[in-house]
Amino acid sequence: MRANCWYGKRDVRVEQVPDPKILNRRDAIVKISSTAICGSDLHLYNGFMPTMEQGDILGHEFMGEIVEVGPDVKDRKVGDRVVVSFPISCGNCFFCQQELYSLCENSNPNAWMAEKLFGHSPCGIYGYSHLTGGFAGGQAEYARVPFADVGTLKVPAGMTDEQVLFLSDIFPTGYMGAELCDIKPGDTVAVWGCGPVGQFAMASARLLGAERVVGIDRFPERLAMARAGAGASDTINYEERNTYDALMELTGGRGPDACVDAVGLEAHGGHGLVYAYDRVKQALMAETDRPIALREAIMACRNGGTVSVIGVYGGLIDKFPMGSFMNRSLTMRTGQCHVQRYWKKLLGHIERGEIDPGFVITHRMALDEAPQGFDLFSNKEDDCIKIVLKP
Amino acid sequence: MAALAESLGRNGAAHDGAGRAADAERLARGLGWFSLGLGLAELLAPRGVARIAGAGEGHTGLIRLYGLREIASGLAIFAQGRRPAAAVWARVAGDALDLATLAVAFVSPKSNKGRVAFATANVLAVTALDVLCAQQFSSNVAANGKEEAPVRKSIVVNSTPEELYQFWHDFENLPRFMRHLESVRVTGGGRSHWVAKAPAGTTVEWDAEITDDRPGELIAWRSLEGADVDNAGSVRFERAPGGRGTIVKVEIDYSPPGGLVGAAVAKLFGEEPAQQVDADLRRFKQVIETGEVVLSDATLPGTGLTEQRPAQPLAASAGR
Repeated sequence: MRANCWYGKRDVRVEQVPDPKILNRRDAIVKISSTAICGSDLHLYNGFMPTMEQGDILGHEFMGEIVEVGPDVKDRKVGDRVVVSFPISCGNCFFCQQELYSLCENSNPNAWMAEKLFGHSPCGIYGYSHLTGGFAGGQAEYARVPFADVGTLKVPAGMTDEQVLFLSDIFPTGYMGAELCDIKPGDTVAVWGCGPVGQFAMASARLLGAERVVGIDRFPERLAMARAGAGASDTINYEERNTYDALMELTGGRGPDACVDAVGLEAHGGHGLVYAYDRVKQALMAETDRPIALREAIMACRNGGTVSVIGVYGGLIDKFPMGSFMNRSLTMRTGQCHVQRYWKKLLGHIERGEIDPGFVITHRMALDEAPQGFDLFSNKEDDCIKIVLKP
Repeated sequence: MAALAESLGRNGAAHDGAGRAADAERLARGLGWFSLGLGLAELLAPRGVARIAGAGEGHTGLIRLYGLREIASGLAIFAQGRRPAAAVWARVAGDALDLATLAVAFVSPKSNKGRVAFATANVLAVTALDVLCAQQFSSNVAANGKEEAPVRKSIVVNSTPEELYQFWHDFENLPRFMRHLESVRVTGGGRSHWVAKAPAGTTVEWDAEITDDRPGELIAWRSLEGADVDNAGSVRFERAPGGRGTIVKVEIDYSPPGGLVGAAVAKLFGEEPAQQVDADLRRFKQVIETGEVVLSDATLPGTGLTEQRPAQPLAASAGR
């Protein structure tokens, strides 16, 4: 089959690789109909995630048709059209039973690697370094899906790929980012980063009853999408205005009730010197992540408010404003999304026409064009926000 | 745990190792002070040192340099803490340099042959001490009581102590999650025959017997005399607080008395014993909770614990 493989920093290639096979009794093989490039794939592409090996197949947002099932798959059969969740979850362990699927204790065969870096291991993830298991990803013609009963969602007849593809990751991730804010009617929620996850966090904050939703970014096309697609009431271009000042003006100096960091470890912005400081420290490996958005979110959040972190971090950050965080009774909630906890509910929102997740798609390409897609997306060229690949 | 270790006869061995480690540490400190003293003498009174060593008096510059070297290695011994193996080996290298210098002095017409010979004998004696000390630090088994300690690991499994005891008690189940075991055959009377994979396609075998057996609570075993690899182990099953499954505690000992061979077994596989036991326990949990060991493309059977294949499917022809 053809698959998009990682070969090094800014070097991905579509190559001929062997077809996947059933390795465990609860596996299924999915023939992929649509797959996407995630913002978090860019962290791999730009070389910020350790434990990548040359030849690793990338991709964790995909869907398609089941073409083979292992002997212990119970509720899925050949021919089922399914979306695949990016967390690989067994469904049996302590965490899966609490619906904390991205914390599955059994799905990461390289848990020892993650323990060295994180203290404890999260779940296995497709195409997302060896730290999360070394599973082949879904930017390919076929993929092996472990624990298929837990990790796939059946797609109702009549729904298009583009309506449901993002249930694999970014829609539930954005939704969880908003849910972690514990939104009450009348709340103001500010979202750092108007990439696809930020867009879904804003749309979800609306679904959950936020009265005012503020999108923060530096690309005009993303801010426009926030207003037109995600329902943001206000947007801030941080290259034109100081984010903190703008938020204080909007909220009468109190600050947003909740702040969502949908940016993660490769943040831009802040004071020019602060950005330069973090960029240099990151280049020297003195800190692995640039927490510019996170620092701003903490400083801006109202007293007693919640900071929700769904942007991906991989290691250590510097100059964390602990004094602000502690003295003002803030709460931080975070996590890789527990996709399977949300996707049925979100499918309901889509079926009822309350949201059409396809609004984030700006580019459709063939799988073979994945390398150009990564380049385009990474450089934010051609107003690129979300790329869907067709194998 | 202490009682168990004693029943396996482990405590005596650990004390011997710890005692040797303390001796080596005292010797290293002595050598460190010796380095500092000699170094200061060489630095401050090079002429006197040259006279005693029988060398001519024209080499004070060189002797001062050697003095600096001695001081540096003395400080290094103290700076490296309890196991200054590298610093002591550096002293051995310095001794070699001293001996070479004395050899040059011996053939020089200006030297006093008797005094050079006397100095050489002294340096040789110190060299012997240095080598002895460095070897003790470099040998894990001989000098460091700590590294001989049994490996202890634990994991929480979603099941009851009784069920887990049942599963483990059938030793023929162990190869399902213990990566290096090829087979275990129960031979009756609490005894079993174990076959483990060793590097280069070879195997090691041993017979083991159950030494303690408390249903739903604990199983302990040890290899019998004549084993290729002496080893002993125990597993305990404790109900976790709040009814959240069972805490499984494993203790594996690769070097019971009489067998230093066993200590090398994990290293033989190129792995840390602790990591190996940890990985085995994780697979035990997978087998109990999900039905089998979970595989990814990068971690197919046959790949080592720490080596990784690329995360892409294996070719059909390559086989598994």
